[in-house]
Amino acid sequence: MNISTEVWIWVSALLTLAIYSYLYRDNPVYKFAEYLFVGLAAGYYFTIYYRNTLIPNLIDPILAGPKDLNYFWYIVPIGLSILLLSRFVPSISWLSRWPIGFMVGAFAGLAIIGNAQGDLISQVQANLLPLVDPDSVTGFNNASGIGGKLLGILWMFGNILLIVGLITTLIFFFFSLEHKGPVGATAKVGVYFLMLSFGASFGFTVMSRISLLLERLRFLYGDWLGFTIVR
Amino acid sequence: MRREIPILITIVIGWVMVMDFFFPPVSSVATRMRDWTLILIAISQMLGVANVARINLDKVSRKHPDAPYAMVLLLAIVLMIAFGVFLPKSATIGGLTWGGHEGGSVFDKVYNQMYVPMQGTMFSLLAFFIASAAYRAFKIRSPEATILGVTAVIIMIGQVPIGSLLWDGMPGLSAWIMNVPNLAAKRAILIGAALGAIATGMKVILGLERNYVGGE
Amino acid sequence: MDWMQRLEKLDRRIIFVIMLIAVSIPVLVRLDMPIPSSKEVDDYYETIEKLPDGSVVFFPADFDPGSVAELEPMMRSALTHLWRKNCKIVCFTLWDTGPGIVDAILRDMAGKMNKEYGTDYVFLGFKAGREVIMVQIANSISGVFPQDYSGKPTKDLPLMQQVDKLTDTKLIVNISAGYPGTKEWVQQVRTRYAVPMLSGCTGVSAPEYYPYYQSGQLSGLLGGLGGAAKYEARVGVKGDATAGMPAQSMGHLAVIALILMGNVLYVVNKKKAGAR
Repeated sequence: MNISTEVWIWVSALLTLAIYSYLYRDNPVYKFAEYLFVGLAAGYYFTIYYRNTLIPNLIDPILAGPKDLNYFWYIVPIGLSILLLSRFVPSISWLSRWPIGFMVGAFAGLAIIGNAQGDLISQVQANLLPLVDPDSVTGFNNASGIGGKLLGILWMFGNILLIVGLITTLIFFFFSLEHKGPVGATAKVGVYFLMLSFGASFGFTVMSRISLLLERLRFLYGDWLGFTIVR
Repeated sequence: MRREIPILITIVIGWVMVMDFFFPPVSSVATRMRDWTLILIAISQMLGVANVARINLDKVSRKHPDAPYAMVLLLAIVLMIAFGVFLPKSATIGGLTWGGHEGGSVFDKVYNQMYVPMQGTMFSLLAFFIASAAYRAFKIRSPEATILGVTAVIIMIGQVPIGSLLWDGMPGLSAWIMNVPNLAAKRAILIGAALGAIATGMKVILGLERNYVGGE
Repeated sequence: MDWMQRLEKLDRRIIFVIMLIAVSIPVLVRLDMPIPSSKEVDDYYETIEKLPDGSVVFFPADFDPGSVAELEPMMRSALTHLWRKNCKIVCFTLWDTGPGIVDAILRDMAGKMNKEYGTDYVFLGFKAGREVIMVQIANSISGVFPQDYSGKPTKDLPLMQQVDKLTDTKLIVNISAGYPGTKEWVQQVRTRYAVPMLSGCTGVSAPEYYPYYQSGQLSGLLGGLGGAAKYEARVGVKGDATAGMPAQSMGHLAVIALILMGNVLYVVNKKKAGAR
């Protein structure tokens, strides 16, 4: 063990332990770290928005002076930004609806196009598949062992299951028809596909969360306490 | 007119964004409007920071029990903005660059040695909570829960090297689950969500959805 | 309450300690394990491998420190792979708390691989706007980023004199932690422009990107630390993802054991309660 003597490593380690103290129970040390974190985040946001967006995209072009008539269009974002400030004055806060409406309109328009072309059309098109993929038959023939052959059979049924899975899951989400009789049975199949996908999501989520813990432990054991960690 | 003008603005901007995709002549107008949008978003986020400061200043002035912590928060905001915004990049004192936000500055050092570890640690708490939730709440009480549980176990084993040590077909089975049943269900969710987003977007740009403007 | 009922209501802090021990052991004790690849990782690798040397690559690194554990190894491996082929990188981020960490990784990797800022890579910093920026930047990078992260005019950078639109690049390599990220890039940019796209994403997001991979909207996909480790193996680097796989495996086994134990206790205690 070779504990670090670097000040910043100790600062990072102590703040890390302060947050981990929450696992025992909520306490003043954790609360201090939490408020410090929020303060640093807020200060960071402000600086980055100012330096990386406001200066290059508004302040510097305005200070550079007019090169052509397009320069005078800057009055619009300046005006709308001032209207946003009215949010802090309750008697005139209704003025902030103008810039909010502007932003909502921009995102709504882009959402329509993005979802239509990127998700709806492309995904429906991608599910127009032959019932059996010829490559999967080749894969089955080339597979060895019982396990390999079983996997080969699963892949041969892959396209059929993709088509059935998509249709049955969409039927499950169609609530205008009562889920009884044939519709109910189809929706039930859709539920099973959904459970398979939620299980997959849970598995990946566990992987994700453990990775985050792993990184902090590697820092604490390796960089702070100086143990030889596996690299 | 307090509601009608913002709704009209939304309709105009929304249609310009949609028409930009279909009619190239609209492109220059749409580009300018997108430039304005990014400035507005930056301003609104900065106002969000001002709001956080205002709420915590209020806690300090009212001598709220959390007032000492609120002072820590306010001090952190003030110092970060002082280092990153107000101090010039040329402010080099004692070998440290006190101004600016790039690599090597005090701002960057505080970010990398305080903010980054804290955010990483906050998120890593979830590893413990997911284990606790798995033990206490993941009860297999129905066929659906059984499918979910078994799939989760297969994926957890199949996505890491230990899966191939237990059975050499495990990574393949995990891959099949991800690329067939998971894909089918996720695609259905994507298509359903896309239809919903398109419908909501259409309601907004037709002026039928008005919740964002609030009351009178 | 007998011991089995007490065990079912175990204090969660004991579970936390179990997890800590399970994940800690492989961090300190070497346990070598093979890392088999998968098709989406192989496709990710092959897409970069097939790029002509010296190609310009669009590199949106949309993550913040909360996802660094999973995404930093991916970004480092991708940069190693791209820079071995002398590709030029145009990097930026749409996450407001991301630029510091992305800048640090870029500078560190550039130092290791002898790459020069302005010629081999540029870091344009952060820009507010999410999907709005995605559409805007596809038409003019310098219009959206008139300055780079440190405030230098973009037009003065040698690399940016060769490229100004998305279609001037050969590939989009997105490292994504959530929103805005891969999904929005696919919706707004990939489908509109014919530039192939790769995604490295967190484990939480990965399952929902498989439809994009199957449809061809993504040419390759790295999901979580497992995907990062598989890619490191293909690229031939032994990074943090590879080193973390044994600990990851132990963590997963611990969670599976907890699920099994919780359910066994539930069933046994339910039967006992029924018998009474």
